[in-house]
Amino acid sequence: MAQPTDWSPIWISMEASVTATIITLVFGLAAAFWRERHNGVTMALFDGACLLPLVLPPTVVGFFLLLLFGRNGPLGRLLGRIGASVVFSRPATVITAAVVAFPLMYLTSRAALEQVDSRFLEAARTLGASEWRVFREIALPLAWPGVLAGTILSFARALGEFGATLMLAGDIPGKTATIPIAIYFAVEADDMRSAVAWCAVDVVISLALLGGLYYWTQAQGPARWARR
Amino acid sequence: MPLEVHIEKTLAEFALDVAFQAEDEPLGILGPSGAGKTMLLRCIAGLEHPNRGRIALGGRILLDTGRGIRVPARKRRIGMLFQHYGLFPHRSVRDNVGFSLRQLPAAQRDRRLRLMLEQMHAAELEPRYPRQLSGGEQQRVALARALASDPEALLLDEPLSALDAHLRSQMEAQLQETFSSYRGPVLLVTHNFEEAYRLGAQLLVLSRGRIAAFGPREETFRRPPSVEVARLTGCKNISQARMVAENTIEAVQWGCRLRIAQRLAGPVGHVGIRAHHLDFADPAGGTEEQNVFACWLVRSSETPFRISLYLRLHRPPEQSGAYELQAEVFKEKWERFRHLPQPWRVKLSPEFLFVMPESGSMESA
Repeated sequence: MAQPTDWSPIWISMEASVTATIITLVFGLAAAFWRERHNGVTMALFDGACLLPLVLPPTVVGFFLLLLFGRNGPLGRLLGRIGASVVFSRPATVITAAVVAFPLMYLTSRAALEQVDSRFLEAARTLGASEWRVFREIALPLAWPGVLAGTILSFARALGEFGATLMLAGDIPGKTATIPIAIYFAVEADDMRSAVAWCAVDVVISLALLGGLYYWTQAQGPARWARR
Repeated sequence: MPLEVHIEKTLAEFALDVAFQAEDEPLGILGPSGAGKTMLLRCIAGLEHPNRGRIALGGRILLDTGRGIRVPARKRRIGMLFQHYGLFPHRSVRDNVGFSLRQLPAAQRDRRLRLMLEQMHAAELEPRYPRQLSGGEQQRVALARALASDPEALLLDEPLSALDAHLRSQMEAQLQETFSSYRGPVLLVTHNFEEAYRLGAQLLVLSRGRIAAFGPREETFRRPPSVEVARLTGCKNISQARMVAENTIEAVQWGCRLRIAQRLAGPVGHVGIRAHHLDFADPAGGTEEQNVFACWLVRSSETPFRISLYLRLHRPPEQSGAYELQAEVFKEKWERFRHLPQPWRVKLSPEFLFVMPESGSMESA
């Protein structure tokens, strides 16, 4: 029976999801904004690569990551040179969560940015704004509700990540065991009390997050642009 | 500071291919919708990339595809007023107008911002958001925003089309005021020939991506170089024509011979006369009078001060409602002859008739 006082999966899960969400937010937005301004056949390939983790089963994603970060994988070797290893480590939980959450962030951000009238961006450019300023001051604020939705989806996906995490990070209690992994192994060990407890924790975290974001969007929404 | 433009760009239905030079005065760009007017402005502003071309403003080269130069929009220092203004909805008027002034010290920025808004008679709008502004107010703020960046050229895309008639004349006066104090080329796109005439000292007529006419507005309106330009500048009466003698032509659709004042050079393709230039001669006058023909009224349509008369030449109207000429007269004048027995006698004065070369010979001209 698992230690009921071992709350480590909460912190591991939270750390992995929050970090992964921040990473996907930055990279997903950057990719979406960059993609917005480019068109062509090669861009379809770029889209495919970005969306692959969404369509592949998580175990396949985990397996690819294992190949990539394994001792003989291209990234694994690179990291090995500086004496670091990702497999079965805490960063692995972040990496897998980020990889599986990325497509959701990318898709929703792109949809949100596409909705922004390009005249606003063009007007900003003719007024001398750099691309960074166009993005930060015009595109992002106008796309914000959609970007926020993408962030929620990404966080939810990261929090629920199981398959790929198990492949790359394993289930080392106190180190890489996240809440979903703790639930799985609790059920496997026939420890229903722990399983139910972890499920309840997951529900509470999810609801608190959604509630918090709901209030925040209400405060941040287009209402502040002064309705007529 | 002249603006030299040479642009070639393939579009979906035709190619934009223009070359002209605009001086420090307003240039009206007139053309039907889909003629490439907006695309032309966007290419100059750097928002679209021509396939080939060269754009120079003063001494600065903004585009030279031959030498691989393409200055990005933000470095062109060209102000653009978009058709629906493109004010940032999440920024106040203050932040919109101050958008290009961020590098300035706060005090200086404030001063310039106030000056710009005052010039546009929009000082009281400073704390508001675009959503709280009327169409005319948005227009003034957008103009203040474009001018705040101190652009070396100003491009306006259909600046009046989104406004209702009353505001339009007000904004037109505002634009005229702005243009008169602005130093630099101003390009103004419109599909309304009256607007183009009132606002642009020079006129460029664009048709399917090509320049159909370019020059002083008076010249373009007095002697349109082609049927297309005649139509776009509002000419209602156009007939195919043949040269008969040195100063006489035969108008095919109108079925008559006409004396003309213009010296003919090259083959004649069409003849035209503007609706308000048609005159009605004394019904008792002799038939030998020049360019006077019998006509019957087919139908008429009224505007508040004028009336349009659709006329059948040489014979009474038929069921079909076909007509040859459209005349426009003030109602006071109309009242004087409306009750006179028909046929009336319409006069096509030689000095108002203009002939246009055959469309084939335009290309080489």
